[in-house]
Amino acid sequence: MSGPAPWLAVLALATLQAVLFALVGADRLLGWVQAACASAGLPYNTVMVLAGSGLLGICSAVIGSYAVLRRRSLFGDAVAHAALPGIALAYLIARERHFFSLLMGALISGVLGAMVITWLRQSTRTRQDAAIGLVLSVFFGLGIVLTSAVQRDPSGAHAGLEGFLLGKTAGLISQDLLLIAVTSANILLLVWLFQKEFLLLSFDPGFAAVQRWPVPALDILMMTLLVAATVIGLPAVGVVLMAAMLIIPGVAARFWTDRLAALLPLSGVIGLGSAIAGTYVSSIREGMPTGPVIVLAAAAVCLFSMFAAPRRGIAAGVLRRLRMQERVARQNLLRSLYELVEEAPDSAVTAEDVAGKRSWGVADALKLLRRAEARGEVRRTTDGRWTLTDLGLQRALDVVRAHRLWELYLVEQASIAADHVDRDADELEHILPPEMLHQLEDRLKQKGRWPEDRVPASVHPLEGVAGEGR
Amino acid sequence: MDTVFGMDAIVFWIIATMAMVNVTGALLGTFLVLRRMSLLGDAISHAVLPGLALAFILTNTREPFPMLLGALVAGLLTVLLTHLIHRYANVPEDAAMGVVFTSLFALGVVMITRVASHVDLDPGCVLYGVLESAALDTRNIAGMEVPRVAVTLSAVFLATVVFVVLFWKELKIVSFDPQLATTLGINADRVHYLLMGLVAAFTVAAFEAVGSILVVAMLIAPAATAFLLTDRLHWMTLIAAATGILIAILGRNIAAVYDAPVAGMASVVAGGLFMLAVLFAPRYGIVARRLAQVRLGLRISGEDLLGLAYRWQESGARASLTASGALEAAGGGVVSRVALWLLRRAGLLVKSGDSVRLTASGEERASRLVHRHRLWEAYLAKHLPLPDDHLHSPADRMEHFMDSDLQRQVEEQVPEPHGPSGAPR
Repeated sequence: MSGPAPWLAVLALATLQAVLFALVGADRLLGWVQAACASAGLPYNTVMVLAGSGLLGICSAVIGSYAVLRRRSLFGDAVAHAALPGIALAYLIARERHFFSLLMGALISGVLGAMVITWLRQSTRTRQDAAIGLVLSVFFGLGIVLTSAVQRDPSGAHAGLEGFLLGKTAGLISQDLLLIAVTSANILLLVWLFQKEFLLLSFDPGFAAVQRWPVPALDILMMTLLVAATVIGLPAVGVVLMAAMLIIPGVAARFWTDRLAALLPLSGVIGLGSAIAGTYVSSIREGMPTGPVIVLAAAAVCLFSMFAAPRRGIAAGVLRRLRMQERVARQNLLRSLYELVEEAPDSAVTAEDVAGKRSWGVADALKLLRRAEARGEVRRTTDGRWTLTDLGLQRALDVVRAHRLWELYLVEQASIAADHVDRDADELEHILPPEMLHQLEDRLKQKGRWPEDRVPASVHPLEGVAGEGR
Repeated sequence: MDTVFGMDAIVFWIIATMAMVNVTGALLGTFLVLRRMSLLGDAISHAVLPGLALAFILTNTREPFPMLLGALVAGLLTVLLTHLIHRYANVPEDAAMGVVFTSLFALGVVMITRVASHVDLDPGCVLYGVLESAALDTRNIAGMEVPRVAVTLSAVFLATVVFVVLFWKELKIVSFDPQLATTLGINADRVHYLLMGLVAAFTVAAFEAVGSILVVAMLIAPAATAFLLTDRLHWMTLIAAATGILIAILGRNIAAVYDAPVAGMASVVAGGLFMLAVLFAPRYGIVARRLAQVRLGLRISGEDLLGLAYRWQESGARASLTASGALEAAGGGVVSRVALWLLRRAGLLVKSGDSVRLTASGEERASRLVHRHRLWEAYLAKHLPLPDDHLHSPADRMEHFMDSDLQRQVEEQVPEPHGPSGAPR
């Protein structure tokens, strides 16, 4: 453990903020912001909404990335649903729509839900997915029952509770936005303070426990931060879309990097970008709801990343596979040609010979031959037959060498019958790295099985080659 | 309103509809829970929104059939997209599901607010369902007024029962060992997609009646409850179905008492039944496991006391074994006190003044115990290169767990155990 320093820093920050708020007060703080906006010529309301939703976007993306990495993506969904009974209960106790106490109620029942999930997973035979679903539906069912009690409340001051289900950015007043912004900033600060601990917790909790790190406490801290981010997001984007704000940026960022140090800022940027884009679009287009537009913007980024990311993207994967296929076909062609003319290096073959050897169609064989011709590996003789050029022979020798080395190795070391090795070697010859070839060569030389010329004879009769072994 | 089976017709149909939902959910949920895909119902029930919106935009009516069809298409799309993203983009399954259903839900909300904002699509009815009023929207079938939702649901219910019965063997193998299923020539993908199709159809048909939240609850809670109660698949299915019916009856009646929404109350009841199973399940329940631990602790402590008394007498020590000394040697605390009391009550040990002494039957029992201990020591000494003073503590643990079968096998290997720990320890 890196000592008590992070915990002390947390305590100091909380005290500082409490003192600041007690001395200054939310209203005066907002007054300063308003004055600053006025002097800079910025629209105060827009600044507040953008600051609130932007910070919320960053902080839910960052804390959500950890959940995605820990295979707990739908944890946030469950917690968002589990907050409802707390909200209803807080209302039933306070008898008014007091934003802060509703959020505290949500926080408490959200953390409770998260702890029930962990407890069910650890001390009963219920698996994580079922535990998440149970907490989600049972807590939410309780929330519905309590909400119906709220709605029968004769004072009729329940307006606004529905807003927690679907979210309504426009319904937030600047005090609410201030609370959202301050909480988001605190969550981000805590993530920054505890980054080393959270890194280890995400990738190797067992090692962290062995190193005497307080794993359960850190787990609860991370869970509480997730719940806090969810709870402040609820009134803005609602239950379902809050889950999206937690999951989508992390998934999108994951396509671009394998490093947590890069993943977190990247997902934060995606969260911020989609929050601002969503807020902007819904402010200029009449009747565009903010929350869903934010989520759709994030989903678009995710879709783009899924296809276009350089290494993990789908396009890159398809390209890789095509290149591999191309390479395999090319090498197969070279080896077939070599084996067909092995005994007489200057003779030529027809496309039908090649096709017959590899069970290709004649048209396919011709196409491959023409492509090889363009690369200068084969050339057409005067009577329309094909023969390897010097370059082609060089390359073919390399392929055949890899193939036969592997065959020899299988026969020698894995005691596989000679007539079984051709197919196995056929799969591996294309991907054997050069170092491995050298190793193979050395081992076989030591056993005196490697002939001094470059390519040993085949260990089995060659198919489709006339007069050999038939 | 007339009556069915002596019940008020509305009450009957509420319970019957919900029972049908719950049993279908329990049957499908059994396989989802076993295959760790319980959250699929949650995903589908949210993702149907754009399907509903699209159906409305295309037909411009709120007729149930196009709506159901749109929802079904959106539900199947969720399953398919989740699967594709998981497989081809290498995203963990839960994250893929989370991305797909939240994005589709967001799309649905935008479509509804942009195009169909004048239609009254109450978000509340999506969550809570409209069971109470759905029971009033009836069709006349064979001379009986049957609610429309009950008709759709019974179709899904029958399809599910037929599917589970017909594909029982395949479902069983695919749920527990998909690799084995593939090697046996069972098309795991086909079974998977049939199951997913039924889950989608069920989610769509049910959420209209009972709301998405009860759909999610019913796909998980009965099956998770049954999973705690049994290790056999057919019992799990039956217990889950029975739990589903119980939830329907209790949910509706408790909701009536508190004047609360039926669907919400039913999920609370489902959670309550699940908690009962968590606590009191015969084998996996917390109480049962705690009791088994206590019982084991008492047995070990009692056997330690017996062994101690035996060795004391065997050594021929002049002073008698004091009760306090024995208790301390057996670990002390409440457990060994209770163990001592139990031994005295069983007539294996007598206490006179402060000293304890074995009875005849106690001596016989203790000698068998010490025999087992020394057998194990001799076995270890013969087969493992352990120094003599390292033999006692493993044997001390093993003596409690050696059954007669193992004892016989060890006796064959070491016929005459002369334990190195002859002296009392």
